[in-house]
Amino acid sequence: MLDVSGLACSRGERRLFADVGFSLAAGEWLHVQGENGSGKTSLMRLLVGLSPADAGEIRWRSEPTPSIEFRRDLIYLGHHAAVKEDLTPLENLRLAAALDGIELDERAAMAALIRLGLRGREELPVRVLSAGQKRRVLLARLLTRPAVLWVLDEAFNALDVAAVKLLGELIAEHLAGGGMAVLTSHQPLPVPGGKALVL
Amino acid sequence: MSAFLATVRRDLLLALRRKSEVLTAVFFFVIVTSLFPLGIGPEPVLLKKIAPGILWVAALLATLLGLPRLFSADHLDGTLEQMALSPSPLGLLVAGKILAHWLLCGLPLVLLAPVLGLQFDLDASTLGILTLALFLGTPLLSLIGAIGAALTLGVRGGGVLLALLVLPLYIPALIFGAGAVEAHIAGLDAGGHLSLLAAMLVVAGFFAPWATTAALRIALE
Repeated sequence: MLDVSGLACSRGERRLFADVGFSLAAGEWLHVQGENGSGKTSLMRLLVGLSPADAGEIRWRSEPTPSIEFRRDLIYLGHHAAVKEDLTPLENLRLAAALDGIELDERAAMAALIRLGLRGREELPVRVLSAGQKRRVLLARLLTRPAVLWVLDEAFNALDVAAVKLLGELIAEHLAGGGMAVLTSHQPLPVPGGKALVL
Repeated sequence: MSAFLATVRRDLLLALRRKSEVLTAVFFFVIVTSLFPLGIGPEPVLLKKIAPGILWVAALLATLLGLPRLFSADHLDGTLEQMALSPSPLGLLVAGKILAHWLLCGLPLVLLAPVLGLQFDLDASTLGILTLALFLGTPLLSLIGAIGAALTLGVRGGGVLLALLVLPLYIPALIFGAGAVEAHIAGLDAGGHLSLLAAMLVVAGFFAPWATTAALRIALE
């Protein structure tokens, strides 16, 4: 469903990577590996359509991206916290869903937060939460936003052992349900199977 | 459409949690327009003559105060990135943000203008024209300003650049906005000025969100 071919990217004079290609089918995931500065994040941003590629083609369900359909199927979580510090986790989740045009009721949002271990924190402003807890608020979006393709850039950062295990479970469930995932990480990931791409 | 309203609600809610940021612009407008009558003294004829220009320039600068924050907070915490990748069209979300900016930084100026105009010895009908001109003009200022805010997003020292970029573009709004009030004071019909202001608002309302969206996509690359 996701077909990438001949992708190239450079920053200024420096060529980060060239001729990167892979394809993913339902239930498969890709582990993007590489040293610091090898272009993992750049690849992720190209993939989701935030920045244009120098060369190459990305196709989603045989259609060139970015398209509205691709955005509907995609969830991208990057380095940024991407949560508003002045709002509570509950408000963050519900407003993020509303911006995507999804009506998310309070019970569903609460269920996602509880699954992520944020019970009792849902009414606190995000600014008083720890870095790991902020990360969990963001990860709760994986549960509230129906998407086929998960693109997670260093999603395991700042998480404790239990949260790493939980995220591994979430990804495994997602894949079992016919989803796809592209992950970057320096650590070995607690998700079985998976293709590897080394930049 | 629901995404548009959600953006407006979100930005209003965020402003409610950080009231000081919104109040700064409003207080600036009140203080600047009050300084002139205090500095010039009780000279009704002179005050009446300079009132439209001063109120409009103050409204212009007050709008400018809130502009750098329009996108920068969302850019820094990564929520802008999420908006750009949302299935909702980014243009719609941007339009929502611009409307929220006007509700927070423009509408209070419109509502305060009749009160502040009293300091300049303006009569009731002139105050009405002033309020109407600002009602048509301040959304225009927000719309044009949003383009500048998007173009200078992520630029170091962007605030000054923003002012240099946006203030010249505000000149037509200033000329026709202040002109409407001046014409009314001189006993002429203000309709022509107001119609031009409304026409500019319609054109900006159509093109500015689109231009802002294009600039934001470049800033996010």
